[in-house]
Amino acid sequence: MACVAPDGSLSTSGRLLLEAVRPDSGAEDVAAITGMPLYRVRSSLRELTEAGFVSEQDGRYSQTELGVAKAKSGR
Amino acid sequence: MTIIEEQDARVGLPRLNEPAPAFEAVTTAGVLKLADFEGSWLILFSHPADFTPVCTTEFMAFAEIYPELQKRGTELLGLSIDSVYSHIAWLRNIEEKTGTKIPFPVIADLDRKVATAFGMVMPGESKTETSRCVFVIDPKGILRAMIYYPLTTGRNMDEILRLVDALQTADANAVATPANWRPGDKVIVPAPNTTELAEERVDAGLECVDWYLCKKSL
Repeated sequence: MACVAPDGSLSTSGRLLLEAVRPDSGAEDVAAITGMPLYRVRSSLRELTEAGFVSEQDGRYSQTELGVAKAKSGR
Repeated sequence: MTIIEEQDARVGLPRLNEPAPAFEAVTTAGVLKLADFEGSWLILFSHPADFTPVCTTEFMAFAEIYPELQKRGTELLGLSIDSVYSHIAWLRNIEEKTGTKIPFPVIADLDRKVATAFGMVMPGESKTETSRCVFVIDPKGILRAMIYYPLTTGRNMDEILRLVDALQTADANAVATPANWRPGDKVIVPAPNTTELAEERVDAGLECVDWYLCKKSL
């Protein structure tokens, strides 16, 4: 995983990305906020979704309760 | 199966103007899919092996042109049949020894799935390494250009930039580009395919050698 470590902690870019996910965000929205290349954002959103920090529906992303807690914890 | 089909099946060469083979691969930036690059131009390139001299000069050169590629909406993605740990160690070594940070991801294609799909291994040259291949893929995932260099010969970054410029100019203006074309040079207007169009061509204010070879400025 690129932005989620095996112990569940987030890399710096993973944290930035999670914090940039607003309710019903598109990957392009997150890329605009973070300044990260779109391909990185798509890949990382997939990881964050698999880790349960983000939910996805029809290409739109939102933080899950776990994601909100993770973003607040700063780890 | 014909001889050509047998060869294609064995080597797995992709074809121009067809969708590039889809992939999902472990990279130095995590798992990436070809679809992740949708909307951007992509240069997928292979190198024979990490910690080798020509490849090191190429990676530094690719890093150098990366800002110019980004201006053209183009991403870079490297590949070799090495592990991600080898890639990480090599990229860190390049930065430590030369000060050049490699800003693009590199596929760790240990199972050769991507290399096989793109025909990157040339058995006559090496059965264990990928040759120096360059694939230019457009924002819709269509393979638009291929360059193959042998193990001994490092690639020319000017040509790669020129190729991207030429493809993007051709797409944006429905034109072609002549030999040695550079941005700002005149472009070739597609040849007419009827006698009427050929006659009209002469009066169209183009710079024509003859009806089939006309240029214009953009």
